[in-house]
Amino acid sequence: MTLQTIKDKLSSVQCLNREEALYLLTQTDLLTLGQLADEQRKRRHPNGQVSFVVDRNVNYSNVCCCKCRFCAFYCDENDAKAYLLSYDEIFAKVQELVDHGGTQLLMQGGVHPSLTIEWFEELFQQLSQCFPRVQIHSLSPAEIIQIAQLSKLSVKECLTRLQAAGLKSIPGGGAEVLVDEVRQHISPNKIGWRQWADVMEQAHDLGMNTTATLMFGCGETPEQLVEHMFRVREMQQNSHNKAGGFTAFISWSFQPNNTELGGTTATGCDYLRVVALSRLVLDNIDNIQASWVTQGDKMAQVALRFGANDLGGTMLEENVVAATGVAFRMTQQQLIELARAVGFTPVRRTTGYQVLETY
Amino acid sequence: MSDIIARVRAKIDNNERISDAEALQLFESDDLFGIGQLASSVNQRKNGDRVLFNVNRHINYTNVCVNQCRFCAFSKEPGESGGYTYNLSQILEKAAEANAAGATELHMVGGLHPELPFEFYLRMMATIKANNPHMKIKAFTAVEIDYFAKISQLPVEEVISELKRLGLDSTPGGGAEILCAQVRNQICPEKISGERWLEVTEKIHTGGLKSNATMLFGHVESYADRVDHMAKLRALQDKTGGFQSFIPLAFQPDNTRIPNAKGPGGIDSLKTLAISRIYLDNFQHIKAYWIMLGLKIAQVALCFGVNDLDGTVVEEKIGHDAGADSPQQLEKQEIIRQIRNAGKIPVERDTLYQHIRVYDDIAND
Repeated sequence: MTLQTIKDKLSSVQCLNREEALYLLTQTDLLTLGQLADEQRKRRHPNGQVSFVVDRNVNYSNVCCCKCRFCAFYCDENDAKAYLLSYDEIFAKVQELVDHGGTQLLMQGGVHPSLTIEWFEELFQQLSQCFPRVQIHSLSPAEIIQIAQLSKLSVKECLTRLQAAGLKSIPGGGAEVLVDEVRQHISPNKIGWRQWADVMEQAHDLGMNTTATLMFGCGETPEQLVEHMFRVREMQQNSHNKAGGFTAFISWSFQPNNTELGGTTATGCDYLRVVALSRLVLDNIDNIQASWVTQGDKMAQVALRFGANDLGGTMLEENVVAATGVAFRMTQQQLIELARAVGFTPVRRTTGYQVLETY
Repeated sequence: MSDIIARVRAKIDNNERISDAEALQLFESDDLFGIGQLASSVNQRKNGDRVLFNVNRHINYTNVCVNQCRFCAFSKEPGESGGYTYNLSQILEKAAEANAAGATELHMVGGLHPELPFEFYLRMMATIKANNPHMKIKAFTAVEIDYFAKISQLPVEEVISELKRLGLDSTPGGGAEILCAQVRNQICPEKISGERWLEVTEKIHTGGLKSNATMLFGHVESYADRVDHMAKLRALQDKTGGFQSFIPLAFQPDNTRIPNAKGPGGIDSLKTLAISRIYLDNFQHIKAYWIMLGLKIAQVALCFGVNDLDGTVVEEKIGHDAGADSPQQLEKQEIIRQIRNAGKIPVERDTLYQHIRVYDDIAND
C-alpha cells in the first residue's frame, strides 16, 4: 500500500477500499489527508459554495427507553425532569422558526415508551397544514422502529403512514457507530446497525431522502470507524435506483460530560481526520457537514478545508449536545460570516440542498 | 503548487530567509496545505518530532491598570468596581499551590498599578524566590518594566538588574500587540510605543534575561502590519538572540472596545502560526497558546509548524475575561495526550527551555 496508489485512484475517480481508508486514517499525515479531501470537495463543489439550512431542533420528549451510555439528555418517565411537549408548545416553537425564516423542522425525542403513530400522524398533518413551507425532517430510525412496534406496524407501513401525514425526510441520528460490537458497549438497548440500515433503505425506497451521521471517539477502533463509513457507502450504492438516498454525512465527536460513558473527547486532529476521510470514502454522497455545534466556529472553518462543504443548520434550538455542557451557538449571520471569512460563498438551502439565497 | 509556495520552498531548501514581501504573499495565499507543509518541514528541521510543554501557573497579581487598552477586557481603571490587587501573602499562597501541583514556572503579569511602588515588586520577587527556590519566575512584560522605571525613576537597566538579582528568571513577551504606531493608536493609545517596547526588550536581553515575543492578531491590523511586526522581531533577534519563542495570540473580542473586531478565524490562526514559523528563521520555538486559540486549533497547529504548547495553566484571567471559551486549566496528562495524538513526542520543559522529561514511552507515564 502506498499513498501514491491512493492518490492515483482518487484522481481517476475510483473508490477506495477499506484497507486504503484505514491507511489514510491511521498512517497518513494530517496535511496530506486534508489536502486530498480538499481537492475532492473542490471537484464536487467547484463553485465554492458553503450551504446551511435555517432550522430548529425540537426535542418533543426527553423520555427514552434506550438510556444510551453516551447520552446526557435522556431521562426516565417518572424523573422530575421528564417532559413531553404538547402540540401547542410544538406549534409555538415552529411558529418561532417560521418567524426566523426557517424551512426545516428537526423533531427528535427519546425513544418514547408509549407514543404511538397516531400522535405523530396528527401532529405532522397539523404542522403540514399550518406551515407548508417548513419541511418536516424528523424522527431517527430508532424512533421509527419504536413507533412501528408500539403501533404493531411493519417499518414500511409505519414510514408510509408518517410520509402520508407529512414526514418528508429523516435525519441520520442514532447511527453512532454502525458496528454492533461498539453499540453493545455504548448503547446496548438501542437498535442494531442492521435495523438502522433497514429503516434508511425502506425510507429511500419510499422516495425519502435521509442523512447519515457518525458519532466517533466513543471507544471504537479505527477499523470500526472505517467499517461505519463503508456500510453507509454501500447502502448509498444500493439506493442507486431508488427515489431517495443519503443527502449528507455528518460526523461529530462524542461529548463525554454528564454521560455514563465519560472519558475524554476526540481531539481537533481526530475530528479533521474523520471529516477528511468521510469526504474521500463517501464519493457517492454529495454533502459533508462540519459540526460547529460540537467543534466550535473556528474548527468548523478549518473543516471546510478538510472536505466539508456544509454547515448544517442554524439550530435555533438545540438541547441534546447542550446537555453535555458543550454549547456553541451561532446566528444565521454568524454562519454567513464564518463561511465568508474563509473565502467561500455562503448559501441558504432547503433540506434537499436546493439553494434558496446566495450571500 | 502555487508560485509563492515553490519560491519559498526553494529558499528553505537553500537555508535562505524569506523576505517581507514573500511573507506577505504567503498571508495572501489561500494555499493552506502548501503553507502548512512548508512550516512543518522548517519545524521538523529545527525541532524534529518533539513538542514542548511546561507546567506553570499564571498569577495575574492585579487588574488595575493606568492604561485602558481597547482590546483588553481584563483591566479596570483605578477606583472602578471589580478591581483587585493581590497582597503578598495571597501571591505566596498561589505560588505554594503551584509548587505543590508540580509547576516549574510562575507566569506573572498584571496591570500598571497606579499606587504600588517598585519596592513592592522587588519584595514580591525576593519572597517568592525565597519560598520557592526551585521555581522559575517568568514575570513582567516590557510594558511593566518600562512602567517600573518611570515610577522608581531608575534607568531601565537598573530595574532589570534589580529584579534579576532578586529572582526574576525570564520575561514573557506580552505588550507587543502589533508594533506599528498606526495600529497602536487605534487599540492601545496609552501604551508604550512599539519602538519603546523593542528598546526595553533589547535591554532585557542585554541585561542577561531571555524573553518571548507575542503578537496580538485578528483585530484591526492588516497582513502587512503582521509582517512588519515580525520583521522588527527578527531584526532584534539577529542583534540579541534573546527571544526564546514567538507566540501569536488570537484576539478575543468579547467585552473589549474595538468596534466590529471579531478575532481571527480558525484558518487565519493556523496560517499565521505557520507563516511565523517560516519567516522567523532565528526563533527556535513557535508557541500555540491554547487559552486564546482554543485547544482544538492549538493541537492542529502542531501539524502547522508549532513546537510548543502552552501550558498547564492554572487560573487564567486575561483571555477568559475576553470570552475565551477554553477550559481554565489542563491536566498535564491531557497535554501529553493532545501532543501524542498529533503524532508528536511530548517533552516537558522549564522556563528556559531546558528539557525536564521526554515522554517517549507511553508505558512509562
